[in-house]
Amino acid sequence: MITLNANTPARDTADITKKYKKKSQSAEVWHRLRRNKAAMLGLVVAILLILMAIFSSTLYDYETQVINQDIPNRLQPPSWEHPFGTDESGRDILARIVYGSRFSLSIGFSTVVFALIVGGTLGALAGYYGGMLDNILMRIMDIFLAIPGTLFAITLVAALGQNTINLIIALAISSVPGFARILRSSVLSVREVEYVEAARAIGATDARIIMQHVIPNSLAPVIVQSTLNVATVILTIAGLSFLGLGVRPPQPEWGALLSSGRQYLRDYGYITMFPGLAIMTTILALNLLGDGLRDALDPRLK
Amino acid sequence: MWKYILKRIVAMIPVLIGVTLIVYFILSLAPGDPVRAMLGEQSTPEAYEEMREALGLNDPVIVQWGRYILNLFRGDFGISYKTKTNVAVELAARIPSTLTLSFFATTIAIIFALPLGIIAAVKQNTWIDGISMFISLLGVSIPIFWFGLLLLQFFCLKLGWFPASGADTWLHYVMPGMALGFHCMASIARITRSSMLEVIRQDYIRTARSKGLSYNKVIRKHALKNALIPTITVTGLQIGSLLAGSVLTETVFGIPGIGRLMIQSIQGLDYPMVLGCILVFTLMFSIVNLIVDLLYAFVDPRIKAQYS
Amino acid sequence: MNENMNNTNEFALDMSDLVVEYRTEDGIVQAVNGLDLQIEHGSTLGLVGETGAGKTTAGLSILKLVPSPPGVIVRGSILLDGEDVLKKTEKEMEKIRGKRVSMIFQDPMTSLNPVMTVEDQIAEVIEIHNEGGGKPLEKAREMLEMVGIPGERGREYPHQFSGGMKQRVVIAMALACNPMLLIADEPTTALDVTIQAQVLEMMRKLKEVQNTSMLMITHDLGVVAETCDKVSVIYAGRVVEHGTLEDVFENTLHPYTEGLFNSLPNLDDRKAKLKPIKGLMPDPSNLPAGCVFCPRCNYACEICAEEKPKRLYRNATHYVECHLYNEKNILEGGVIGK
Repeated sequence: MITLNANTPARDTADITKKYKKKSQSAEVWHRLRRNKAAMLGLVVAILLILMAIFSSTLYDYETQVINQDIPNRLQPPSWEHPFGTDESGRDILARIVYGSRFSLSIGFSTVVFALIVGGTLGALAGYYGGMLDNILMRIMDIFLAIPGTLFAITLVAALGQNTINLIIALAISSVPGFARILRSSVLSVREVEYVEAARAIGATDARIIMQHVIPNSLAPVIVQSTLNVATVILTIAGLSFLGLGVRPPQPEWGALLSSGRQYLRDYGYITMFPGLAIMTTILALNLLGDGLRDALDPRLK
Repeated sequence: MWKYILKRIVAMIPVLIGVTLIVYFILSLAPGDPVRAMLGEQSTPEAYEEMREALGLNDPVIVQWGRYILNLFRGDFGISYKTKTNVAVELAARIPSTLTLSFFATTIAIIFALPLGIIAAVKQNTWIDGISMFISLLGVSIPIFWFGLLLLQFFCLKLGWFPASGADTWLHYVMPGMALGFHCMASIARITRSSMLEVIRQDYIRTARSKGLSYNKVIRKHALKNALIPTITVTGLQIGSLLAGSVLTETVFGIPGIGRLMIQSIQGLDYPMVLGCILVFTLMFSIVNLIVDLLYAFVDPRIKAQYS
Repeated sequence: MNENMNNTNEFALDMSDLVVEYRTEDGIVQAVNGLDLQIEHGSTLGLVGETGAGKTTAGLSILKLVPSPPGVIVRGSILLDGEDVLKKTEKEMEKIRGKRVSMIFQDPMTSLNPVMTVEDQIAEVIEIHNEGGGKPLEKAREMLEMVGIPGERGREYPHQFSGGMKQRVVIAMALACNPMLLIADEPTTALDVTIQAQVLEMMRKLKEVQNTSMLMITHDLGVVAETCDKVSVIYAGRVVEHGTLEDVFENTLHPYTEGLFNSLPNLDDRKAKLKPIKGLMPDPSNLPAGCVFCPRCNYACEICAEEKPKRLYRNATHYVECHLYNEKNILEGGVIGK
């Protein structure tokens, strides 16, 4: 049967439009992200929180304003002097929340970096080399994933002992399987793509293929997962501290603030209100940003 | 089908053994000394040694773990360091509370999530969509324990509509179920919306419309069942985090379930009990995953074909 | 033999001056641009053009299924046996879709619902329109047999069928209620060449038995030659040449139609090079002011860039929109090829 080649014009059009709008991919992602108001709000709030964490020691003195007890001023409701009130030991809740952002953000980010490096490497190796290595690594990951959510982190913290480093290790280990899976599946999908086969056909080394093709193509899901994972980790830290297994009082971690304010819930609700709002705002901002990034990086999904 | 179920149950065993191995070794790293904790600081060295020997703590960890696994196959979860009671008995007494709580939470989550997600998708980019998605985003972002505290403060302490603590009647489970289910609900609603949006764009939806079906009927008869497939996956995963979240919820509302037992056991260095709790949670999660896979077959004939 | 015989109007479909736009954030895309289509009862019209010419949008407009937003039917009329569908309510349209007019879509792989049995999907359309004497499932199996699939396979799901079989199922579904008009949107493009001929032959037969009119949307002049009585060549949402098969194939008037023929391989002279049409379809959100084909036309003169060409008739059935012609020279058969 005789057929007009209907595909050629369409493909040419795509090529030409590409030439017309010759922008780098990251510029285009940024352009799409900027049009998403919710994501921009998330980004702005996230940046403000980071600035708050960085400058918290300039704003408040840790020894005198954050952990120093001031019993006569205990349980003060919000006022000009103490905008968020004072806690059961007379400490300014605002100062403690501002300082608390340091714990949440620094633990959150370092956990994700750690988990990304370990999980990403394992996943990429498993996906790229396949076979036995893949099989063994993925069965081990399955075992980790069989333990629901944060229970594994709880056990690890309990076993390792409570300090910040152990907290990061525990949270990172429980985030590793997630990253390993993402990297593995995106490596698997890239590995089969024709241009990678072409690269292999002209004799590119494994290392070169990984650096040039696999990593850039895995970037989108990794960025999204990292953003959302920071949110999950911050939520988990708060949960652990609330259970008395995370950051210990009197250090002003948000979950710990909530935990110690619990017994005053009936009469002094604001003690738990403000730390809760702080956690929620942070998570909300990171989720908005993560969702926006996902839409911007993969417009097909929108 | 039955063959598949059997295969899956058999496949669970090595995973559960793997979990005990990992958790056993992690707990063996723990700094605290359970024997010291049991006997107190003033115990004689002889009594201390005797106790260690009796508990088998002088053997290498791998031997201890082997013994634990062998006992496990006989239904023996060991003896609590703290209360000296049988761990299995203690767990059995706590399981109903956790199951009830999880059931309440899951039900609340699904009942609200599906309509919310579907309406948001059908009315995409309208204010209804906006509100539904804002509620969902809130649910994903709000810490379970804080939301629990808010509910406790308002509905239990201030209004007194529900009891603030305990697990005696079903009324005790309403607020904890809400607190725990909200988070889960949010995730399910979001995935329902996005998979619904994906399905609405499919060719077979257009085909169904071209047959003369009304839009609402197309959504009900054609789109919904297809959109359920990713929704079921996410619901299964969410139940995993819901189980973990029951630790927090049980602590906030003072429900005597497995989650609270686990935290108390961690604080009391009662490792056989901690291990038992984790195993129960893992088993529950594995069963949920199996149910999810079976539900797939129920919804999607392509998957059903693979099972037989 | 059936109700399609006693129609009151000359035309099963009479579409005139249809304008459909897609209004997006990035601008207005003029997908259909004053389209005229006419199909006599029982006959087949081929709608031929490149990808993106607005063929599918035209087909969907007849069912009022243009995705909205962003699609808007701006003006025009679509008379189905004398009744304007654009004036019908959604409720009335539901009675027309699948019953008076049905549509076959391009990709059979994705046109069927994967989680519903094939017979249920066919029976659904029968049930909606109360055909089949209260036994929709029985009628569905009959329809399957009619398209050459054993009736008992109706209990299977789409994934158990091959591409060609799926398209047969889609055709069975489309013809189940004995429609007056069948819109076939590239029904064979996604199929293997050997299957294509089978499916076309089957469609032609069934259509004859049921006396259904057909709009055959395609980019394949071979399909047109095999199945159609008349042909409309569409470019940028507008008919540029229309006539009977003989008119268009033997007395080609429009340079674009000529270009389509030149893009076909010639079996008699295999050394002859293909002469593809240069350039691309114009950006539908920014159409040229004059003749839309002007930028790609080998014969273009000054007036082509400025003024839209008027419609000129060579005979009662054959017309063209092109500045190459005037009332005199068109009767001589045009200038193309001379």
